[in-house]
Formats: sequence, structure tokens, C-alpha cells
Amino acid sequence: MLDMPQDKAGEWVGRAIERVEDAALLSGGGRYLDDLGVKPGTLHMAILRAPHAHADIVSIDPAAAKALPGVAAVLTGADVAKLTTSLVVGVKAPVECWPMAVDRVRFVGEPVALVVAEDRYVAEDALDLIEVAYEMRPAVVDPLAAMEDGAPLLHHGFPRNIASDRSFRYGDPEAEFAQAAHRIAISVRYPRNSCTPIETYGLVAEYDPHEDAYDVLANFQGPFSIHAVISRALKVPGNRLRLRTPRDSGGSFGIKQGIFPYIVLGAVAARVAGRPVKWIEDRLEHLMASVSATNRATTLTAAVTPEGRITALDWDQVEDCGAHLRAPEPATLYRMHGNLTGAYDIKNLAVRNRVVVTNKCPTGLNRGFGGPQVYLALERLMQRIAVELRLDPLEVIRRNLIPADAFPYRTASGALLDSGDYQKTLEVGLEAGRLDELLARRDKARAAGRIYGIGYAAAVEPSVSNMGYIATVLTPAERRKAGPKNGAQATATVAIDPVGSVSVHVASVPQGQGHRTVLSQVVADVLGLQPSDIRVNAEMDTAKDAWSIASGNYASRFAAAVAGAAKMAADRIAARLACVAAAQLNVPAEDVMFAGGKIAARSNPANAVPFSRVAALSHWAPAQLPEGVAPTIRETVFWTPPELAAADEGDHINSSLCHGFIFDYCGIEIDRDTGEIRIDHYVTAHDCGTILHPGMVDGQIRGGFAHALGASLLEEYAYGEDGSFLTGTFADYLVPTAMEVPEPVIVHTETPSPFTPLGAKGVGEGNCMSTPACLANAVADALGITDVRLPLVPSGVAALIHGAEPPAPAGARAKPAPAPTGKGERLMRGGGRARVGAAPEAVWAMLLDPDTLAAIIPGAHDVRKVSDTKFTADVTLGIGPVKGRYKAQVSLSDLDPPKAVTLSGKVDGNLGFGGGSGRITLAPEGGGGTELSYTYEAFVGGKVASVGGRLLDGAAKVIIGQFFAALARKASSGKGTKSGLVSRLLARLSSLLGRDAR
Amino acid sequence: MPRLSADARHTVRFILNGREVKGQASPRTLLSDFLRHQIGATGTHVGCEHGVCGACTVDVDGMLTRACMTLAVQVEGCAVRTVEGLAPAPDRLSVLQAAFRRHHALQCGFCTAGILMSLDVFLKAVPDPDEEAVRDLLSGHLCRCTGYTPIVRAALEAAAELREVQGETTHA
Repeated sequence: MLDMPQDKAGEWVGRAIERVEDAALLSGGGRYLDDLGVKPGTLHMAILRAPHAHADIVSIDPAAAKALPGVAAVLTGADVAKLTTSLVVGVKAPVECWPMAVDRVRFVGEPVALVVAEDRYVAEDALDLIEVAYEMRPAVVDPLAAMEDGAPLLHHGFPRNIASDRSFRYGDPEAEFAQAAHRIAISVRYPRNSCTPIETYGLVAEYDPHEDAYDVLANFQGPFSIHAVISRALKVPGNRLRLRTPRDSGGSFGIKQGIFPYIVLGAVAARVAGRPVKWIEDRLEHLMASVSATNRATTLTAAVTPEGRITALDWDQVEDCGAHLRAPEPATLYRMHGNLTGAYDIKNLAVRNRVVVTNKCPTGLNRGFGGPQVYLALERLMQRIAVELRLDPLEVIRRNLIPADAFPYRTASGALLDSGDYQKTLEVGLEAGRLDELLARRDKARAAGRIYGIGYAAAVEPSVSNMGYIATVLTPAERRKAGPKNGAQATATVAIDPVGSVSVHVASVPQGQGHRTVLSQVVADVLGLQPSDIRVNAEMDTAKDAWSIASGNYASRFAAAVAGAAKMAADRIAARLACVAAAQLNVPAEDVMFAGGKIAARSNPANAVPFSRVAALSHWAPAQLPEGVAPTIRETVFWTPPELAAADEGDHINSSLCHGFIFDYCGIEIDRDTGEIRIDHYVTAHDCGTILHPGMVDGQIRGGFAHALGASLLEEYAYGEDGSFLTGTFADYLVPTAMEVPEPVIVHTETPSPFTPLGAKGVGEGNCMSTPACLANAVADALGITDVRLPLVPSGVAALIHGAEPPAPAGARAKPAPAPTGKGERLMRGGGRARVGAAPEAVWAMLLDPDTLAAIIPGAHDVRKVSDTKFTADVTLGIGPVKGRYKAQVSLSDLDPPKAVTLSGKVDGNLGFGGGSGRITLAPEGGGGTELSYTYEAFVGGKVASVGGRLLDGAAKVIIGQFFAALARKASSGKGTKSGLVSRLLARLSSLLGRDAR
Repeated sequence: MPRLSADARHTVRFILNGREVKGQASPRTLLSDFLRHQIGATGTHVGCEHGVCGACTVDVDGMLTRACMTLAVQVEGCAVRTVEGLAPAPDRLSVLQAAFRRHHALQCGFCTAGILMSLDVFLKAVPDPDEEAVRDLLSGHLCRCTGYTPIVRAALEAAAELREVQGETTHA
């Protein structure tokens, strides 16, 4: 961590002061959304979600849910659609995007119905009572497969599932490739992941029918361009959608942008119910269906000279946005459009960008936003060039870096890189992190037979997005029709009250980054006060506050844009206060200075007046203001940098205002037996311009590094081939803990941005861009491989070392289970034995009797006999955190009374589906008892499948064990020996097997 | 063990941060929901409701407990400590809390309450831990903002400071 720089003594900016936010947060005094009280009578919302990745909704029967005491309303997609319009879709296509499924579900977790009830427990109870019938469709989850002939189609308006297909050409790439000495290519896949803030989505919505106006409090993070999307969906003008945010937010990292479809649902629910509605998303919902980063398949090709100099790049990117193209997508793909040449001086560029839809959760903002996807390809390619040309990878980076004297530098696709000295940052990083020692360590490790590798990555980190970059997805003709989009309006207000104390308000919607502290430093410096004199409010209220579409907390825009706007507002007030003070001090305004809580004459500091006295004058005695000086009560600044112009006719776009630079390198060691990766040494050198608060800058770097480490080594939103979601808990979606995250060596250089008021640039997203590529390069170096797939989980790395594990040998198994509908479900097999204190004939009779089965099947209620060999049952079961109701259909076959029977069945419920079969054999045992043995094979899909194999296997064993224990009890007690009991039991067992015995 | 009716609400009495409190809870009401919405102690946060993230960790009779995996009726008669009880006075911070602030060991602060509770109990049992032991303890908590290092540093520094205070007390 940086210490207080001596040369900045006396100034607050640049010092790592303690945060004003922390005392409350450390004492349980946070004001997060769910900590705030609600109006009496507020109802609670719960959402029923699709268990299938792709299915038609045949029917929804909410009657039983509506009848449950405490339920105020149940809404289906059709009900929501009546009161809203489709959410806007980011490309020109005849496609609708509803916040709740209408007629068809397209991903596991898509909202299907909602309940509002007196409390959340009752609302969730009611979800279980909604009956939905689905007709399954085939699903597609791979973006390349989605474009193939015959692939399942998600939306008719997206032929071949392609939402957009644009090609770009800058310079003369064809000529460079034609004459290139080498043509080197790499194909990479960037996986799906999410930064998963620990606070989930939450909102409180209210509707005023008299003014047709909505009031929503949500932990939304911006951008407030989404405000227009929400008000349009709710069919009200913007001034009838009041959107507010609480003071504190439990992290976002982009993710809470994705709450907006739920804002629409909550608002409609409040309107229908006639009362305020509150919703707190749970973690299972969040992992399954909040929002995700895009996964991307990229092929990147370079034209390269024999010296390793790149003369042209050819990008082929296929972006997977999931089931719906929700605003602002496909922005992830275009955020980096000006930066596709990274930190390198490459003049010729060809790009093909395709956006596809698949049966997965829709995508949205996530820390790094497009950067991780681009740099994994670009920096892996740099390493491949070094390997193929037998050059030092560091040398290939050096030979291609943009020269230090070339700034501001215009990239081939139009970004204007504001400032930097990449060579210097790189050399400072090498020196501080001691690359020479690292190289020696690698030699030594390898000599000892260990697997060790070194990776490098260089990245330009864009910040302060141009609101116009998204329009690059449109053709120039479409853009002309749509109207101009550009800029990045930032706003800040500085106000002085009647006792001369200073308040600041911004629309930056902090999610834990300490904006209030930094702003107090910035304004204190301008006004000669202490940070503790300045009170900063960063809550947001679109009905009262200054804001614009670019407001919010994203694209690392705070330090560069918002803090700069606050400085400008403070400067303007200070200029007027200087005039007021000049009159009182009898000096020219230019001689006035602000220091130590006083306004004084620079030439004679003893000639001074208290700041508060001058500051309050505009309230108490405006007539005393010098002529021509406006009041000093409040100043609001809107600032947008002129550099952020719209895309031109040639599709050049300055996609961001500022560009930091990062140079990373690392040494990793791989355990030969387990495939586990240990990060031995990680160095990250940053130039983020002027550093406003060293503690927070390093906090951003460490936090981004930890996210990137998770994305590289652990995290993936995994789907089965049938679209089943497989990582639905924090026990399955593994995020790094304190044991996995080492402390990186952090190195800084500071090249101020000439384009921002404070010289600062963004810093929060850079490691999400550089670190996955750096770690992947180190693994490629360690193992000598080309194809590095993230996340690098031990089993995958071990397979790279030892070859893939052979399939388990086929053992004793039950009769074949009904074929799963796809290949993605979890399969379970098992078996066991139980002793029952009754003769086989009696047990057999029990197994065929619905009443007995109802009594002994765990969670069974309402077992019905359809025929002698067919039963239906309703079963309520909990597996891990997932408890739900299921409908089971069971049939008996291969009856061999009283010796053996096969049960097969399928189950379906809102939390999942499954099927299976089991063979039960009964054998007489000495003393009149029966030994009962069973084997089963079953599959499970849907939400239940996402809770994890260990849980499911364990739950299956427990439930089946309970069944036989109950059977034994019942049989021993001499009851329930009527014919049909066995069948009932079997039905129950079968339902259990099918559902739980995954 | 008392039998509770699933349909009825029951009065639950316990000691929260040294003071007796009571409220009405259904048998299925989670301790996390009860603390937050019945008692009004919103400092304990809910992050996953399946026992992994650790945000809801509280101290029940000296035992670290996930409030999201505990029923409110289970704490009847217990002594419960939450983040609201850590500071010596409303306008002061404890040694551990102050170390967190110095080291920027929190950003959004949402996971922090659970981490503070775990460390508070841990440092009483292990007053002189090494970094590995602190990291091992922290592995029961997920923090998405800080990358953990500042938390480890704050914990080690607080431990040293608490030992010093303890030493002075003992020698006095």
C-alpha cells in the first residue's frame, strides 16, 4: 500500500485517510435496502421460476395459490404483459423481451409467475401451489452450436439464433495478412461467471393510481439509461417513475444493473395488489437467474513479422448473451471496440462480431465488462506468437507496445488513448516484482522435476464509457435513423447551508467503493476545509436529484468523471466565494486563498475571515453580495468530455475516455498429482493516472484480482447440455476464500489523464481483464499447451497432465432408467438392503397399496391409484436448501409376486424434474421376515440438479433409507397388509428414486 | 424438548448483546429473519441462506452460529451476540473494528458483520494466531470486495493490540 506522499502534504487528495463510511458499517449501522423499514401493509413478493431450459407453457393454474390465506395476488406472464410493454431489445429485430415468460420459457430460472402475500414465507408457500404444465423443447447452450443448421431456435426474430452479425475493417488488414511472414492464430473460450455480490437484489415498489406514477426503491446501480427502459416498459413517462437507491449497497460489480426486469415485475405487482410490494432475491435465484457475464468464443489471428511485430489482427468473436438480449446488451461485446488492439501499436484490423442467444441466463454488466473476453484472446495470442517464433514472450510484448511519445494515441478502431508510458510501467513492474528472481525460481523448479510456469499480460484498462459505443452494433445507416448517441454526462452538486456548512451530492450510486470519503477529500482541498467538514450524500432519487443517463456506478467512472465534476462544482463556488471574501478583505479576488477553515489574503494570511461566515452570506444577506456575483448557495455541474464523440461513418468509436495501463506477470506451480495450481508470485503494475486515495486504489486492485482469480481458477456458471443449471449454490459455484487469494505485489506509476479534471483514470476493473490471461499464459508455459480452458479447476488441469480419466467400470445396476431428455442431467445410481419383520407376501401387499405408501413415503400426500400398475402422487421433499412439491407418475412392471417388481416413473415440479427406475426384490428370511434389496438408477434436472452432486446423492440415500425404515416399521406393526399397499409403496419409492435418487 | 405447534407463533426470549429481548416467531422462522425483522437488529446480514457465505454469523452461547441455518425458537434462553454488541460505546469502535477501518478491511461492508463475529470469538480462543490460522478461520466467509488481505492484516494487528491490552491488565 502506498503511504502518504510527502509532496502532497497539506492536501487531502492522494492520502489514504480512513473512510467516513466505515464506522456505521462496522457497527451494524448500515442502511442497505433490507435494513430500511417499509410502510405498514407492505406485501412481499416471491417468484416462481422455470425448471426447464426451453419449454412451452401449456397451462398455469394459480387457483390453489390464490386461495391460500395471506396471498394477495398471483400474476402470470400474461398478466404482466397486459400492464406493460416489452423491454427494449438492443438490436433492430422483431423480438420481444418480457421480464416474465409469456407462453414459453427459455432458460432455467426464468420467471413464470409471481405471488404477493403478507409475508415472504407465505408467498413462498404459495409458489408450491401454482401448477404449471410444460411441453419440453430441445435446448441449445453452446454459442457455436446455436448457429448451426437445425439448432433449436429461441426467437423467430433471430434467425439461426443470431441477434447481430457485423463486420468491420480498419486500415488494410487483407494486404498485411497477404504479405505477412507469419500468420498465427488462437481460439479461446471465455466462460460464464459472475462477481456475485454478497447482497442480492432487493426492491420496494409502490404505485399511485391517482397520478399513474410508480415509486421504486431498489439497490440498482445504474446506468440510469435503464431508467428510460423501465419507464417505457411500465408505460409511463420518466417523470412518473421515481427510482431511488438506499445509502448502502452490499456490492454490485455491475451485477445490480440486472435488477431492472424485476423492478418492472415489482412495480406491476404493487399496482395489481394496490399496496407496496417488497422483494428480496434469494441466493439460489441470484445464482440461477440474476445476470451473468457473457461467455464468448473467439478466434483471433495475427499477421506477424519474423521479429514478432504484429501488423494486423483479425477478430472473430461470437458473443453468447443468453436467452434474451436485455439492455444494454450487446454492450459487453462493444465496450472494448476501440481497444481491440490492446496496448499495442497495430494499425490494421478486421473484426467480425456475432451475437447469439442460447438457453442460458441473460447477460449484463459484470466487472471487466468485455475486457476479460478480449484480453484472454489477445494476450494468449501474444504468448503463442512468442512460442511459435521462439521469442521471449516479454520481448514480443515490448516490441509491440505503443511508444511513450505517441500519446494521445488513436487506435485503429477509433479509441483515443489519453496518456501513458507503457514501457516505464513495465520496467518499474519488472524491477519491483523481481522478474529475474522469478525466472531463476522457474529454472530451479523445473530442474527438480516440478511443473512451473511464468505468464505475462499487458492490458489497456478503459474507463468512463462513451454512451455512444453501444450504437456501433448498428450500421451507420441504422445509427443515422436512430439519432445521435454519445458522451458520458457526470454530475455533482455542492451546496452551502445557512450556517456555512458544505454538502455534496452525486449520482454515482456507490456500492462500497467509498465515494463519500473521496469526495470529501476533493471538496475539502478546494475550500480549505477538513474532509470531516464536508457531508456527502450519494443516495439517488430521480425525482429530486441531478442525474442523466450516464449516472450510476459502472465503467469505472467515479474517480475520472464524478470526482472531477465535484471538483468543478467546488471550484465554481470557490470562485464566487473568493469575490465575496475579496470585498471583505479588501484585496483582489485573485489574492484570495482557502486554507484552514478560513478565507484569507494570500499576500497577508493574517487578513482572514472564517469560511462559514463568507459561505453563509448568500442566505442571510444576499443584498451584500458584490455586484455581479451570483449566490453561493448551490452549484450543480454537468460534465461530459468532448472527446467522447459518436461513432463515425467508418465505425471508428472512441469507446471510453480514459485508458489506464496494466502489466502483470506471475509464477505458478502445478501439483503433478492433483492438478492444483498454486500462485507462487503475482505482480501487477498499474498506471491509473492520478491516485486520489491510495488505500482505495489498492483495494480496487486486490478486489479485482480476487474476482479474476475466481474466474480463472474456480468459477463457472455451468450448464448441462440440456440447459440444466448445475451451479446453483455457493457450495457448487465456488468463489475464492481467504485460503485461495494470495497478496499480489502492487506497483504504481502515475501518468495523469489530460482529459479528466483530476487527472484520475478508472482502476477497478483492470485485473479482471489482465489476470485471467496472465494466469492462463503461466499455465500454458508450465504445461507447454496451446488450448487453455478457464476455469482451470484441478480436475481439468490434472487431465491435461495425465490425460482424461477413463469412465468408471460398469457395475451392477438396475434395469435401464428411462432415457434422460438430454445429456445434462445428473445421473445417480445406488442400491441397498433392508430387513422387514413381515413375510414377503405381506410386504408385497403393502407395496401395492396406496394408503400404506402414502403413510411411508417421505413427504408423500395424495397418492392416487390410476390402475393396478399405475399411480400418481404429490410429494414434498427438501434437498439441501431446495424444498418443493413434485408430481410423480409411477408404473409397475415385471411383476413377480411376491419376489420382485420394477418401479419406473417420472416426476415434475417447479424446482426440477427427473425420472428413474428401481428393481426391488423380496426374499424370505428366517423368523418370518423379509430381506428386501433394491437397486435404482435415476436422473434429475432443473433447479434440483443445481444443488450439487454430494447433496443429491446424500439426500437420495437418506430418503430411500427413510422409506424402507418406515416400511419395516409399518410391516412389523402388522398394519397395512392390504393388497395394493406394496404398489403404493413402490409408487412412492419410485417417485423418490426418480426425483431424489439422482 | 418442547413441542411447538407449526401453525402458532411462539414467544422467544433471549439475551441479545447483554439485554433481554423477546419477540414472536413461528417455528419455521429463521434466526436471521427474526433478528432483523422482529427484533430490529439489522446489522446481521443474509447473503446465501444456505450456510456458505458466513455473512449471518452470530455468537450463540459462545458458539459461532449461522443465523440463516438456525431457527429463532432454538435460541430461547440463549445469550446471543451480534455485530451491534461489539463496540464499547455507540460513538466508539472496538479494537478489532478500528483495525478494520485502518486497514480498509471492508468495502461494501455486507459480509463484514459475520467476519467480525467470527474473529471476535476466534481471538478470544486464539489470542496469538499466525496468518495461516487467520486465513483458515476466514475461509468460512465469502468477501467479494477486498481480496481478504486487508482483513487478515487487520485481524493480526488487532490480535497484537489485544494481547498488549491483556498484558497490561494482567500485570497491573
